[in-house]
Amino acid sequence: MGFFSKIKEAIVGNSAKQNEKYVAGLDKSGSSLSSKINELAARYREIDDDYFEELENILIMSDVGVSMVMTIVDEIKKEVRLQNIKDPQMINDIIVDKMFVIYANDSYMTTKINYDDNDLTVILMVGVNGAGKTTTIAKLAHMMKQEGKSVMVAAGDTFRAGAIDQLAVWADRLGIECIKGKEGGDPSSVVFDALNQAKEKNVDVLICDTAGRLQNKVNLMNELEKMNRIIKRVVPAGPQETLLVVDATTGQNGISQAQEFSKITDITGIVLTKMDGTAKGGIVLSIKDKLNIPVKFIGLGESMDDLQEFDLEQYIYGLCKNLME
Amino acid sequence: MAFESLSERLQESLKKIRGQATLTEENMDEMLREIRLALLEADVNFQVVKEFIANTKEKALGQDVLGSLKPGQVVVKIVHDELVELLGTSVSELNLSKTPTVIMMVGLQGSGKTTTSGKIAKLLVNKYSKKPLLVAADIYRPAAVDQLKTLGQQLDIPVFEKGTDISAEQIVSEAMNYAYANHHDVVLIDTAGRLHIDEPLMQELQNIKGIVNPSEILLVVDALTGQDIVNVAQSFNDHLGITGAVLTKLDGDSRGGGALSVRHITHVPIKFIGTGEKLDAIDLFYPDRMADRILGMGDVVSLVEKVQDVYDEKDTMKTFQKMQQGTFGLDDMLDQMHQVRKLGPLSGILKMIPGMPKMPEINDEDTDKKLKMTESIIYSMTKEERRNPDILNAKRKERIAKGCGRSVADVNRLIKQFEASRQMMKQMGNLDPVTGMPTQKPKQNMTFNPYRKKERHKKKKKK
Repeated sequence: MGFFSKIKEAIVGNSAKQNEKYVAGLDKSGSSLSSKINELAARYREIDDDYFEELENILIMSDVGVSMVMTIVDEIKKEVRLQNIKDPQMINDIIVDKMFVIYANDSYMTTKINYDDNDLTVILMVGVNGAGKTTTIAKLAHMMKQEGKSVMVAAGDTFRAGAIDQLAVWADRLGIECIKGKEGGDPSSVVFDALNQAKEKNVDVLICDTAGRLQNKVNLMNELEKMNRIIKRVVPAGPQETLLVVDATTGQNGISQAQEFSKITDITGIVLTKMDGTAKGGIVLSIKDKLNIPVKFIGLGESMDDLQEFDLEQYIYGLCKNLME
Repeated sequence: MAFESLSERLQESLKKIRGQATLTEENMDEMLREIRLALLEADVNFQVVKEFIANTKEKALGQDVLGSLKPGQVVVKIVHDELVELLGTSVSELNLSKTPTVIMMVGLQGSGKTTTSGKIAKLLVNKYSKKPLLVAADIYRPAAVDQLKTLGQQLDIPVFEKGTDISAEQIVSEAMNYAYANHHDVVLIDTAGRLHIDEPLMQELQNIKGIVNPSEILLVVDALTGQDIVNVAQSFNDHLGITGAVLTKLDGDSRGGGALSVRHITHVPIKFIGTGEKLDAIDLFYPDRMADRILGMGDVVSLVEKVQDVYDEKDTMKTFQKMQQGTFGLDDMLDQMHQVRKLGPLSGILKMIPGMPKMPEINDEDTDKKLKMTESIIYSMTKEERRNPDILNAKRKERIAKGCGRSVADVNRLIKQFEASRQMMKQMGNLDPVTGMPTQKPKQNMTFNPYRKKERHKKKKKK
């Protein structure tokens, strides 16, 4: 597969060190998927319906989602018929290839933050409870600081006990300013204060934390809408980025999350957290397919430099490492 | 409500064989495929689904379709029984036999351990009259200790914390001494979230377990979790031997199929479900009710219990007396509305009533708005007017309309509504509020009451 070897080349071309952490983080999830496919290939002498059913099951186990799995498997079946492939070993390349094509799906993908050169760049972090918003903010701020940007954070989670302190502790560690409100106060007012202070002090980026909310809570979603409005009032082009934080362990509900949050605000990207576990985060394939929201970053641990730009080539490389060797 | 999509899906697939006369392998296959898809989409683990389908099929094919039953009914019953079996056949409460009882909360990051600890502590105080101690053993995540401290303050329950500079093991052993010295009969340990593959941190949990010898180790699991839940449950169970699970965030729109998977993998009961962010949003897990709900059979028992929980008996009696005396006023009506409101969003209540799940979606926002409007109109009246709306004349109405920012027509509509309900109450006024039976001395103006039978029925269910 020409496409596939291109991936390989791109990765081999990269310095080994750059890959190391990424692959390490994805190792467990990757090896289990690809080793299973390998196992499958070894078990089946030829490609028949049973083979495809097993393949379906493996993909379903990665949280890819039933309908998406059907699409992928159908595509693979078509390709197999077209090329008249009978050897299961040969099919591996096709599997990887198809996943790549379906994710990329001729859309524009970037993992760069859309910085505004003329105005304050506002980043709004949203997501359900416990997805990892606050930790991700810390990591993101750390990353930007290393890029030489001046960063400020706004503690917009005024609901959960201890959330403000959590962000404040991180801000302290990072040496950046954290704008706080009262616990139980209106988060919009915190955001408003932060916007004004950020403009006054001429910082480059303001990252706004929000309280975790389940996407079916109308009132909380309205609150989010209000925050969005307030940001637009002070920074007309803002928020330049609205990042949806999704836990890699999330199942099919991830689609509903992406859908509902998109209705309220323009989600510009996804941060896939907790990728250092065994969960595969396959739901991002479905989200990309249904809503065309790309993954921008992935979280691989609890320390502040455990955030990586999402790299599709590496992601697939991580998932299918065993297949390539 | 969780699971609604699953029930819709199942209803759809069962409809397909509803008209058929017999259960054949063919019509079963299509339905089973639908059920399989529905379960997979509900995040039930793939392995669990496979077994579930196999079991259901086996039982269904061996089954005679008895006399008047339709094949669809037979299948529903089999699926229902299977679900109940999978979810656990009985309700499981906390094991509080030891003093002090030690409960360890464990789980992944962000699954809701700290919030659940707070909720359980509150439950222990209110329902079991215990004197719990919360222990903050999360020394890793910034401000985790503060979070528990804040919850402790809100609940007025002591929190044992030693900051984040000493090891979790040391904190819990000191906490145990503190609990003995201060006669706490339950010790709730909130541990740090950790990945199940993080060996050093799993070791820490094992150490804590060794120190405190807990009677309960509860795995907190997020209802949004997908297939990976089996790895998590398996690993925590292997390391610690968990005694139960808590399923959180069930108030979301996730289908919560994880409940099935956790049960299947660990064989421990699910003890609680978390149904909201507030500290009283916790419920025992009732497997049969959950199965009913999955199949769209409604859940009357939960509804009745909910009513009992929020209904203030004294208030209700007072209102009843007022009804009987014919002095039921507008503010009493508002009270009633507030009590109903306490049951939660109307759409949620309706879903618990059998046959209702198929009703069109009720817009909770609209009902909320209506209640607010009614509230504002009534609050714009004088006390005298609220007690006796008959004195309302055009001039008064105009004043009220101005006061609440509504039109006179809105005010009129409310009064009309009130008149209608008062009329109804007058007719019901002769019923004993406790038994729902006519009182010993019926009032003279007792007339034929078309609502009586219905009312009696309702009261009985409340018992």
